[in-house]
Amino acid sequence: MTVLQLIFLLTAAATLASGMMVVASPNLVHAALWLIIALAGVTVLFVLLEAGFLAVVQVAVYIGAIAILIIFAVMLTRRIAADSQSQVTRSWWLAALASLLLFGGLLAMLTQIPTLTAGAPVLPGNPDDIVRDLGQSLVSLDQYVLPFETASVLLLAALIGAIVIALPPKAAGAEGGES
Amino acid sequence: MIPLSWYLIFAAALFCIGLYGALARRNSVAIIMGIELMLNAVNINLVAFWRYITPGFLAGQVFAIIVFAVAASEAAVGLALIISIYRKRSTVVAEEIDMLKW
Repeated sequence: MTVLQLIFLLTAAATLASGMMVVASPNLVHAALWLIIALAGVTVLFVLLEAGFLAVVQVAVYIGAIAILIIFAVMLTRRIAADSQSQVTRSWWLAALASLLLFGGLLAMLTQIPTLTAGAPVLPGNPDDIVRDLGQSLVSLDQYVLPFETASVLLLAALIGAIVIALPPKAAGAEGGES
Repeated sequence: MIPLSWYLIFAAALFCIGLYGALARRNSVAIIMGIELMLNAVNINLVAFWRYITPGFLAGQVFAIIVFAVAASEAAVGLALIISIYRKRSTVVAEEIDMLKW
């Protein structure tokens, strides 16, 4: 067992444990904090996969923005988050059964593919060039400029949509009346 | 060396945990947390396949970046919807938000 394998196993165990706490914790603020630990574990795995840029984006976008947004939403809807009634639906066992069946099916499928046990190939070229190549491929016309621009438009639409949806009812009504 | 199957099994486990959270929790914010876990599992898969199968071809990383953008939009719009619903109905429990259920 190499050091990398040990790091992977420890990170995977910590991430899965905090993932379990995210879905099991009755207190939603605690669940959001566990979610941050799970996202940090995924960041470590990105580093292990030598995707440094994605690790940075994971910290900035997921831990920096989405987790904080979720904590804000939990705080703003505090009354229901703290109430004592059950946090899971009546048919939660059905959901657990579906998840376990899916995991069992995926596991059975993955163990039947023999080529998956090989190690990672050596990265071609200098590892520092990956970020540069990634940036160039995102704006290069014969590569991924179209999906990149589509994602930008989607983000802009989501930004405007979130503001419009979250406007207070009175302000939204007044604006609708004027136009 | 870490085999590719370890990453795939880990991602499958994380996806199933997120799926359980999205299906079983009553609070809408907790459902969104489950969806975020599922999206993270998918990203792990995309990057692992990039690293092990096509390291010279950046499509896997670009795909993961698009998933990041979609996840950010989804979280922003979803939480805005939840806050808007909470203002109107004073609840964020998914089964009580049933105006469209007939």
